[in-house]
Amino acid sequence: MIELVKVKKVFNAGNPSEFSALNSVNLFIEENQVTVLKGPSGSGKTTLLSIVGCMSRPSAGRVKLQGREITSLPERFLTDIRRKTFGFIFQQPNLIKGITVLDNVMLPAYPLGEKRSHLRDKAMRGLAELNIGNKAASKVEWLSGGEAQRASIVRALINDPRIIIADEPTAHLDTKLSYRFMEIIEKFKAEGKTVIITSHDPLVYESSMVDRVVNLRDGQIEGEPA
Amino acid sequence: MRHWIEKQRYIIDFTISSLLRRKVKNFGLLALYTLIVFILASTMFFTYSIKKEASLILKDAPEIVVQKIVAGRHDLLPVSYLDTIKNIRGVAAVESRLWGYYYDSLVGANYTLLVPPANGNSADNAQSPAKTTVVEGEPGIDKSKPLFELNGAVLEPGTLIIGNGIARLRDIGKGDYMPFLTFDGNVVNFRIAGTLSSQSELVSADLMLITGEDFRKLFGIDNSYVTDLTVVVNNPSEIATVASKIKKRLPQARPIIRDEILRTYDSIFNWRGGMMIVIFSAAVLAFVIFAWDKASGLSAGERREIGILKAVGWETSDVIQMKFWEGAMISLTAFFTGVILAYVHVFFTGSLVFEPALKGWSSLYPNFELTPFVNLEQLTTLFFLTVVPYTVATIVPIWRAATIDPDSAMRFTGD
Amino acid sequence: MRNSSLFLIYTSSGVVLLSLLLAHASLSETAQQENLKEKAMLVKTLKLTDLCLFTEARYTRHLSQADLNTAFQDHPLSLEHFPSGSFTQPPERMSERP
Repeated sequence: MIELVKVKKVFNAGNPSEFSALNSVNLFIEENQVTVLKGPSGSGKTTLLSIVGCMSRPSAGRVKLQGREITSLPERFLTDIRRKTFGFIFQQPNLIKGITVLDNVMLPAYPLGEKRSHLRDKAMRGLAELNIGNKAASKVEWLSGGEAQRASIVRALINDPRIIIADEPTAHLDTKLSYRFMEIIEKFKAEGKTVIITSHDPLVYESSMVDRVVNLRDGQIEGEPA
Repeated sequence: MRHWIEKQRYIIDFTISSLLRRKVKNFGLLALYTLIVFILASTMFFTYSIKKEASLILKDAPEIVVQKIVAGRHDLLPVSYLDTIKNIRGVAAVESRLWGYYYDSLVGANYTLLVPPANGNSADNAQSPAKTTVVEGEPGIDKSKPLFELNGAVLEPGTLIIGNGIARLRDIGKGDYMPFLTFDGNVVNFRIAGTLSSQSELVSADLMLITGEDFRKLFGIDNSYVTDLTVVVNNPSEIATVASKIKKRLPQARPIIRDEILRTYDSIFNWRGGMMIVIFSAAVLAFVIFAWDKASGLSAGERREIGILKAVGWETSDVIQMKFWEGAMISLTAFFTGVILAYVHVFFTGSLVFEPALKGWSSLYPNFELTPFVNLEQLTTLFFLTVVPYTVATIVPIWRAATIDPDSAMRFTGD
Repeated sequence: MRNSSLFLIYTSSGVVLLSLLLAHASLSETAQQENLKEKAMLVKTLKLTDLCLFTEARYTRHLSQADLNTAFQDHPLSLEHFPSGSFTQPPERMSERP
């Protein structure tokens, strides 16, 4: 599904503060599987995730999506692919304050210009599935932590992405909510989606529905030659 | 195409809810913007209409007016000048004018006293509401006295026909009496024979029509002098030539030709003149500074928001479009509101807001309804001068923040 | 109702209103012809030379007749008779060399 070949990422190149976040990473992500990227802080998890999700480009190496090379695509095309293929769930819900939950959820679809009634229905269905349908018209400030997290998940799904990417999703959730979250992930898997998660939470990487755990340390995958 | 329209609508939706989140600040900005457009548009409407009206009304002003200048100041003109000028080739007729100012200390107003011309009535004045009839004088006096009549009011000796502005100011009308102080300290009473129409106030508000004899008695002016002369020329294209001939024959004379009169009123209230440029420059400057300041200082919250938008899949161009709409919406709203209010202000309320400024120190100010003349060119200029700079001022500083790449956005917001 | 619809409605009514006002302008022009003719006739009959706008001083009352020295007194902005003096400019011929 997603293939990374000899990917390197260097920040602040040429400056004294230059540092290498990823050193020659080779990775293949299988379709319809739950893959967890595990490692301590500073191991390059987020960087790797960001490259996998077409949010940034590698300094060296190649990235292929379903066999198609996307490393040097112009920003517009990359963004387009990203919009249609990936759904992102961040650590924090990162909802926009002052507007309703419904508006927040529909936000990623705005640039695509879909018919409003369709979009609205999709959004309402998504919210209902995660049991926050009744909060659709509320301002996001009124949501609890768990509800906000769920709203951000619905937002990630609004464009029907095939691949879900989550960055430390349980970092701010309690145990109960974390389990709930994993249940949602299970549902995604059942729907045929591919899921990639970064986490150092054992609740996540030791979960039964995880198909593969990739260990990262110092910008390299453990067990792989440099 | 459909998608593009829908996309713009979504962006507008989002932008409006974004603006509504900071209601006070944005409404304040909108109000200020509207006020500036209002003042500029009002000024434009007012000055253009007055200029247009002046050019239409004054097109039959005297062809040449001849004044006498002594030591740089106006002096009374000796009647001998009339003969001199009559003999110049090209001159069809010369007529004397008697007029002057009278200061009424009671109300602190200046009146213009004018003796109506005796024979301004040629054949083409058939529609003129004024008539001069020659009346047989009293026995013993040779000269027949011409009687001036205007709209039924007869100007006899001892009477005045006053402008409507004076009637309003002093609350007097037909049949009332008004005392005047003569040049030698005597008081003389005049009866009001009639008033000039209120529609003509723009030219007649402070006029007082008086007979020649009364004028001379009031101001102590001898029969051998008049205030100035008007000249009618045979060939209108010869006006300037005749004027220069007059100047040659009579070195102390100063001719003023009709063209100069019209040009004076053309340049009056000019965009580039006097107060206008001060108001205009100050307004535009203040406004651009305000807009730039507002747009360039992105608050942390706004930055975060743009980061979120980028992270959920908005492109740089989408963010820029959003900012464009933000600027454009406020501009368009302010423009339409400002211009519409300005139109109502100038043409329906008679420039209420400007009145104190226009009135200045004068006690007598004409009541007039301006005929709406609108210059579309000016309106378009105003549109481009207000909407475009503001929209640009909103977009340009955003560029930096909008180009943040999603990766940084994700990390930034993730913390 | 959608925000963007509200905005669209507001802008279109703005355009409509403005067009109505401009139509009013052209209609009034025709309606006011009578009035304008009356004033023009008065100017012709009485041989007037100026509009009666600023009656405070003789050089503001008769702008086109103002004499060289007293026009705007000492200063073009005519600060003693602010603001009329600052609204109006001296007649063009004043700034032309004889």
